[in-house]
Amino acid sequence: MRIFVPIDAAARALGADEVASALEAALQDQGVGARIIRNGTRGMIWLEPLVEVERDGIRHGFGPVTPEDVPALVAALAAGGLDHPRALGPVEDLPWMRGQTRLTFARVGVTDPVSMADYQAHGGLAGLRAAIAAGPEGIIGQVMESGLRGRGGAGFPTAIKWKTVAGADGPQKYIICNADEGDSGSFADRMLMEGDPLCLIEGMAIAAIATGATQGYVYIRSEYPDAIRAMTEAIGAARRHGMLGEAMLGSRFGYDMEVRVGAGAYVCGEETSLLNSLEGKRGVVRAKPPLPALQGFLGRPTVVNNVLSLAAVPWIMEHGGAAYGALGIGRSKGTIPIQIAGNVRHGGLYEAAFGMSLGQIVMEIGGGTASGRPVKAVQVGGPLGAYIPPAHFDVPFGYEELAGKDGLLGHAGITVFDDTADALKLARFAMEFCAVESCGKCTPCRIGSIRAVETLDRIAAGDGDAIPILTDLCNTMKWGSLCALGGFAPFPVMSLLTHFPDEFTGPANARKEAAE
Amino acid sequence: MPSTPQDSVFDSDSQDRLDRIIATHAGREGPLLPILHDVQAEWGMIPEEAQPIIAKALGLTRAEVYGVVSFYHDFRDHPAGPHVLRLCRAEACISMGGDELADQICRALGIGWHETTPDGRLTLEPVFCLGLCACAPSAELDGKLIGRADAARISRMVAEVRA
Ligand SMILES: Cc1cc2nc3c(=O)[nH]c(=O)nc-3n(C[C@H](O)[C@H](O)[C@H](O)COP(=O)(O)O)c2cc1C
Ligand code: SF4
Ligand code: FES
Repeated sequence: MRIFVPIDAAARALGADEVASALEAALQDQGVGARIIRNGTRGMIWLEPLVEVERDGIRHGFGPVTPEDVPALVAALAAGGLDHPRALGPVEDLPWMRGQTRLTFARVGVTDPVSMADYQAHGGLAGLRAAIAAGPEGIIGQVMESGLRGRGGAGFPTAIKWKTVAGADGPQKYIICNADEGDSGSFADRMLMEGDPLCLIEGMAIAAIATGATQGYVYIRSEYPDAIRAMTEAIGAARRHGMLGEAMLGSRFGYDMEVRVGAGAYVCGEETSLLNSLEGKRGVVRAKPPLPALQGFLGRPTVVNNVLSLAAVPWIMEHGGAAYGALGIGRSKGTIPIQIAGNVRHGGLYEAAFGMSLGQIVMEIGGGTASGRPVKAVQVGGPLGAYIPPAHFDVPFGYEELAGKDGLLGHAGITVFDDTADALKLARFAMEFCAVESCGKCTPCRIGSIRAVETLDRIAAGDGDAIPILTDLCNTMKWGSLCALGGFAPFPVMSLLTHFPDEFTGPANARKEAAE
Repeated sequence: MPSTPQDSVFDSDSQDRLDRIIATHAGREGPLLPILHDVQAEWGMIPEEAQPIIAKALGLTRAEVYGVVSFYHDFRDHPAGPHVLRLCRAEACISMGGDELADQICRALGIGWHETTPDGRLTLEPVFCLGLCACAPSAELDGKLIGRADAARISRMVAEVRA
């Protein structure tokens, strides 16, 4: 019998390690023979720790499980049953699982993350084999046909970036995976690296073949020690297996990679700042051109892609670009791993084709707020994304569709707020965050954000005349900033001002009463 | 160089330890951040005396090394207490009462952000997202992650480690 207990950081934060220890003890006490496997999370975070028991090839879920639940669970298993107050039935049959199109996250939560054998038993390496057979041009053709766009925020077509690097000359080219995932409300990169790190390695190896790169780095934020550990272990396993190295899987293509750790700077998620950081410099944003594709890491041709962009590629190579491109809407092709977070009943990761409405995601999949109060607004796309109130929940989840509402798809994180949220405070936070994290290169971002915080404090004190000053500052930042940190920080602020104007006007004490 | 109490962590055999760290990473592309991470792991901070030695080894100026150390939030110029509590301050945690939680914890500990308790035992740091946004608010105590954190639970855990 195999029993699965997630090792994902969110599951651990909810007590999965304690449950695993309790299980081990109870199995021994009651003399039940079973192997405990630490898998990734299925993404149903409200059910974590979610324990799964395999019986006749079917995995039965129990959750959320506490250490106190464990002895009775083991007793039930010993008696050959599956009855327990926490029993959920077969995991694959849960509505959350059935409703998804899990392509990138197919193995996450299913396999032992760093087991090469498990990886291959669940379809791993099929994409890399197809890529080796297809060769550089064949790979770029499939990725082009898939319509895959960057999942890191800007939505740039992945194939075009790869083609540029493939066509560039250089003594050495690089594949750099952006795993800086600093956006609040986002955790898909973390979940994938902890739950199926070999998939990311496979995607990077395919990118290397496509472009002629021979060395890669995964730049992981220091706030993710579990992901750093899983990626490092997986790279070791991949090397031992011959998946990485001078002749990948015995082919004529050589590629190797390593993990690099960030040092707590949000701006280092911006690709040129990331390159400076990797080179050991201050994480200051570089002006473009030159494009990183032509002069990136150490001035050499470099692919910089988000975790999810790269991890989508093995599926595309195995099943063909057309199959991926058949999903989605408009220019948003394929699937998007949506992260539902904050004040929400059913928070977690839900991978689906682009095109569901925001309302469907928040109200049906997410089940509304955790508090049971009305939704006030959701912030989509992280700290630089707009707040969208329920009146606009008909917007389809896609790059252009959200941009049409002055919103941002970003990294596809959605943070839900109930009606007790304080619009003015959230606006202040957006600007404070920009001020703390600014790389300092341009004045509108560095100084403008500090002025905006002061202006918001004046507004909070009841000074309505400061509102036009805030609007002006936002415009200056939008147009005068080099990168999207300063350029997009005004969007959450302006969206709050637009949708909740009453909270920015009127006497300060009236506002306070309204909030109470 | 005048020695301040803060710098005294860097003692006579520190030079050897530093040389070993530098040698481990010297051949890598972009070795500075990996070196600084190891230095901080060793001394709990980036000692001022270490900076010119690193600079010399990598062919950089002292100002360049200092510039990097000061740019990143992770690198400390003085050591933290033996225990570190990090509270997430970002949006998803705010939506679940993170601000109120932080206020309660600050009051209970009698310190603010980046400060250490008077007994020198515990340092409080903000963090902007731990990737636990679906089980907010979140915190981390000495590397142990805490989801759906509340003040009572954090206080209990803090009391345990400080005891
Ligand atoms: C302030 C800022 C932070 C960013 N943070 C990230 C990040 O954490 N992860 C990421 O993949 N892209 C981030 N980006 C976008 C990157 O600059 C870049 O567009 C992306 O890594 C390219 O990969 P993709 O084409 O696969 O999306 C950020 C951009 C800005 C301006
Ligand atoms: S907008 Fe801000 S973060 Fe971006 S380059 Fe300018 S100063 Fe740096
Ligand atoms: S916002 Fe607090 S963990 Fe992500």
